[in-house]
Amino acid sequence: MPDSIPVDSVGLVIPQFIHIDTPLSLESGRMLMQYDLVYETYGELNTQASNAVLICHALSGDHHAAGYHNLEDKRAGWWDNLIGPGKAIDTNLFFVVCLNNLGGCHGSTGPTSINPSTQKPYGPDFPIITVVDWVNSQAVLADKLGIGQWAAIVGGSLGGMQAIQWAISLPNRIRHAIVIAAASKLSAQNIAFNEVARTAIKGDPDFHDGHYVEHNTAPMKGLGLARMLGHITYLSSEAMGEKFGRELRHDRLNYDYDVEFQVESYLRYQSEIFAEHFDANTYLLMTKALDYFDPAKHFNDNLAKTLSEVQAKFLVISFTTDWRFSPERSHEIVNALLSANKSVTYAEIEATQGHDAFLLPVTRYHQIVRTYMKRIASEEEP
Amino acid sequence: MNKLRTDLQIIHDWIPDGARVLDLGCGDGSLLNSLQQRNVTGYGLEIDNSQIAGCIESKVNVIQADLDLGLPQFSNQSFDFVILSQTLQAVKRPDFLLDEIIRVGKQAIIGFPNFGHWQCRKQLAFGGQMPVSKTLPDSWFDNSNIHLCTIKDFEKLSAEKHVTIIKRSILNHSHKDSLRIKLAPNLLGEIALYQIKKSTV
Repeated sequence: MPDSIPVDSVGLVIPQFIHIDTPLSLESGRMLMQYDLVYETYGELNTQASNAVLICHALSGDHHAAGYHNLEDKRAGWWDNLIGPGKAIDTNLFFVVCLNNLGGCHGSTGPTSINPSTQKPYGPDFPIITVVDWVNSQAVLADKLGIGQWAAIVGGSLGGMQAIQWAISLPNRIRHAIVIAAASKLSAQNIAFNEVARTAIKGDPDFHDGHYVEHNTAPMKGLGLARMLGHITYLSSEAMGEKFGRELRHDRLNYDYDVEFQVESYLRYQSEIFAEHFDANTYLLMTKALDYFDPAKHFNDNLAKTLSEVQAKFLVISFTTDWRFSPERSHEIVNALLSANKSVTYAEIEATQGHDAFLLPVTRYHQIVRTYMKRIASEEEP
Repeated sequence: MNKLRTDLQIIHDWIPDGARVLDLGCGDGSLLNSLQQRNVTGYGLEIDNSQIAGCIESKVNVIQADLDLGLPQFSNQSFDFVILSQTLQAVKRPDFLLDEIIRVGKQAIIGFPNFGHWQCRKQLAFGGQMPVSKTLPDSWFDNSNIHLCTIKDFEKLSAEKHVTIIKRSILNHSHKDSLRIKLAPNLLGEIALYQIKKSTV
């Protein structure tokens, strides 16, 4: 927490819980009989309920997108640089909602929750949740909040996939989709990275086939390793070079196998912190949701046809040095929207930070989002 | 609404209501924005980072793209009009782009600065230097015009490409048409505008 809350912060926020006992039928064919969702809101919903913006989180995100939970909070929400009064997603204009997705580990029902039928944590028995399932559960939340149609749904990476799916699944409930550093499906290389991450987790002796909670342990090493790999792919070579170069922790080489370069130390530290705060089964689930996302599979792999019923206007953004979700992947989305004769704007942002850029205050990126959000605010209400 | 640049105003007037257009090198989107009021739909393509926000502000669908890569994202004859204003001379292969334009557009409107204007000829012939004028204001080393051409050059290329010229408008630097220009367009015209289509053989 800074000394005082900055004027452009949404300030102190209290997460809210909602219990849903209408069963959710999942893409896998399984049912989730009841579930909880945790979410945060910033700004005020107007009387017509026409200014609501849904923020969808990526693999390791949660419902805490902006502001602080208490005065001791060291860090603001994960997208605080984008969301707040006067910021690109201006909470003076919009009612912003962010939830922890089902299967998550920050309060919404997921593998660490108690399975009501066994009174034990779900662990690996928690059903695999897909992007389609998330959209359906987010729609239930929207109903509960009295939001018939989102002014915009905004997401980066896996979050962008949710915005795309919303536009396909529930075309009249979304006016704008802001899809940042995303793809319409993962490439083989991307699935391969996810499989290495899963192998790292499942190979940890503390994994216990996913039942680690019952063994009072957690596959911290495996999860840390998975995160390390992920982290490398989220950065560009350029960004890593700039940040660490070949800098050593101590001023000489030790000729042993300990951590010597700063980049090693950084990765190790980051992955340890992550493993302490994240659930391994959730990580597995999220990577599966990424792998499975492929809305065009129901339309003969024709993405333009998949998008033919879309009503939302799209803003698609990519970053030049992002190689995990490269600009070419965004071109696929844009070209399909063009073929389907949909409203789309595309900006390719020069940024050195790789995939991570979508979380960072890159000036031109934020300017594009700000201008687009202003345009949404200025549009006549439907 | 800001007043359009005169050459853009002429292009604007050539486009019928309700047409579907693709504006290549659309800048801040002012032409498309103005056309939208006549129910014209379509997209702008622009490479310049600094122009994208302006297009968004103008409610223009802009795609950040490099024209040197052609128009592979668009199918044949998918637009009523493809517009290329003051950009032909800045692309790597104007001939390929012209192919792409007449592939994607049922018709096209192309505008470019005429390098055959007498002042250009004078500066080169007597001054021995690359011309600098109101239409071509930057020095040879810091402008993006890598393929300047004359009215005669363009019409020759069009003939080779089996392009039919539907109409043309040749303007001086204050974007005015005149009888004198009509008599000696390649000598007196500074800006050339063409409405073209692929010839039906």
